[in-house]
Amino acid sequence: MRTFLAALALAVALVVGVLGFRGDLKRQPPLEIFPDMKRQMKLRPQATAAFFGDGRSSREFVPGTVARSTPLKVGDQLVYPFEDAPVNTGRLPGTTTNFIDAIPLPVTEEFMARGQQRFEINCLPCHGPLADGKGVTSKFGLAIVGNLHDKRIVTMPDGEIFNTITHGKNLMQGYGANVAVPDRWAVVAYLRALQRSRLGTLDEVPAEKRAGLK
Amino acid sequence: MSDVFPKWTNQLPLKILIGAGLVGSAVVAGAWYYLTPKYARVGYQPLQPVAFSHAIHADQLGMDCRYCHNAVEKSWYSNIPAAGTCMNCHNQVLKDDPRLALVRESAASGKPIPWVQIHKVPDFVYFNHSVHVGRGISCVECHGPIHKMDEVRHAKELSMTFCLDCHRHPAAKIRPLDKVTQLDWKWSQDPKENERLQKLHGEKMVADWKVESLESCSACHR
Ligand code: HEC
Ligand code: HEC
Ligand code: HEC
Ligand code: HEC
Ligand code: HEC
Repeated sequence: MRTFLAALALAVALVVGVLGFRGDLKRQPPLEIFPDMKRQMKLRPQATAAFFGDGRSSREFVPGTVARSTPLKVGDQLVYPFEDAPVNTGRLPGTTTNFIDAIPLPVTEEFMARGQQRFEINCLPCHGPLADGKGVTSKFGLAIVGNLHDKRIVTMPDGEIFNTITHGKNLMQGYGANVAVPDRWAVVAYLRALQRSRLGTLDEVPAEKRAGLK
Repeated sequence: MSDVFPKWTNQLPLKILIGAGLVGSAVVAGAWYYLTPKYARVGYQPLQPVAFSHAIHADQLGMDCRYCHNAVEKSWYSNIPAAGTCMNCHNQVLKDDPRLALVRESAASGKPIPWVQIHKVPDFVYFNHSVHVGRGISCVECHGPIHKMDEVRHAKELSMTFCLDCHRHPAAKIRPLDKVTQLDWKWSQDPKENERLQKLHGEKMVADWKVESLESCSACHR
């Protein structure tokens, strides 16, 4: 009996020794002992796929094709993302520098709130919460971030700011792939609000709110 | 006449019974402890090709999850960012650092960085990020405190019970929509008060937003 108990204790110690405890660090992927239908022949996004030459399951656009898309409502027109329209490019159709002056979408309170949210996600790390170019990254070597309260940017047409968000400028890379078209316009609207907040005078503040400012 | 069985065999049946009982319990306990995603998945922390740290980027720099995982709100799938997203900053920050060599190479050539996928449900489960994120379920409920991790670690078991526990009673986990990506956000720092407010607001939000309690198999298996 004693040898049996000793053997059992040894076996338990061995199993615990080899397998460890729940939550231990593991470098190997979890074992799937009965695979059943856990891994099927379908492709997941961003996975490897031997079928394609470059080994990627997520495909790039075939040149000359457009994605299925929902058009954007601009005024009473429907504009598709592939069209050369001011709402998609920020400029007049067929030109390269004629930027439009105003945001082509209705600026509502909801739109502004969306703009603030998108600004805080995408722009804040570098440009800072007040858009003065003092984001957290300025402490880590990103020294030349534009101050968006510059006169140059305040007087820039809305379309050109949209274009800069889309394609980037100088060291800033484009955010066209990360921020959808209406969201980019919303960011422009929010940025205008931030700029106004610096340029505004006390006379523009409604009388009942003035006391809170001093 | 001598005994057919020596005397010590009198105790044998009892000993065999006890022995079998002990071995049986050990096997059951072992299976209970080990044959579950709580053991198999929790703690999985593969070595990644680039030593990317969520603690630095999400916590210290205060970046929002959606800066990088920008599809999480509109798609079932939460994407891993392309190397171009990293280069937004790393074309200036740590510009020539050897740890980022692979990122620079990938951004230049378009060849993807071979990140190792950590969280992965079986192919017969149709999980969806956008529903959860759009209904006030925070990343932290399913991924743990990612913003404190230098290397991402599988923190929750993601088993079917895990999903159903919340689906049966979402009010216990739901939070305001603008706090979904603030992983350490709480109603209140005091645990008791936090629980009370969670119950109060949770039930109200579930009622206001008409959040369903999805338990039918076809919600997740199609
Ligand atoms: C600077 C970009 C960036 C930010 C910001 C970021 N992530 Fe990530 N995330 C990545 C990269 C790159 C990976 C892949 C490498 C890895 O797993 O460490 C990743 C991996 C992950 C994974 C594991 C993926 C898998 O394979 O299962 C989770 C979960 C995750 N991130 C959640 C979050 C959450 C939650 C936040 C917000 C607190 C966040 N991330 C913020 C870039 C980012
Ligand atoms: C908002 C700007 C920003 C983005 C975007 C960004 N990083 Fe960073 N990264 C930083 C800063 C700032 C540091 C800290 C530099 C320092 O400590 O001096 C850093 C540090 C690092 C380090 C060094 C970590 C260490 O242990 O010191 C690595 C590796 C890294 N980043 C990888 C990435 C990867 C991969 C991505 C893309 C998924 C990425 N970064 C996106 C700003 C960024
Ligand atoms: C309800 C639970 C839940 C919530 C909430 C959740 N996730 Fe996930 N996440 C999962 C599951 C399950 C997977 C595995 C999906 C799969 O099999 O592809 C996953 C996978 C991921 C991946 C890896 C994708 C890949 O294939 O490499 C990332 C990145 C990620 N989540 C980020 C996030 C972020 C950021 C948030 C918050 C905005 C979030 N998740 C919220 C459950 C959740
Ligand atoms: C912390 C809470 C929570 C967890 C954990 C959770 N869910 Fe959910 N899930 C929800 C809520 C809330 C909804 C939204 C219900 C609604 O739309 O009213 C939802 C909706 C869904 C839907 C959408 C169903 C439909 O037809 O609209 C799917 C699919 C789903 N969950 C799968 C999963 C899976 C798979 C897991 C486990 C990996 C999981 N969920 C874990 C809270 C959770
Ligand atoms: C909230 C989402 C959800 C719902 C609802 C749900 N399941 Fe699941 N189911 C899962 C997940 C996630 C897994 C994978 C668990 C794992 O891999 O650990 C799973 C796995 C399974 C498995 C395979 C177990 C295995 O390991 O092979 C079966 C069988 C199953 N579910 C049956 C059902 C049935 C029957 C119902 C309806 C009564 C149901 N499920 C409802 C999420 C769900």
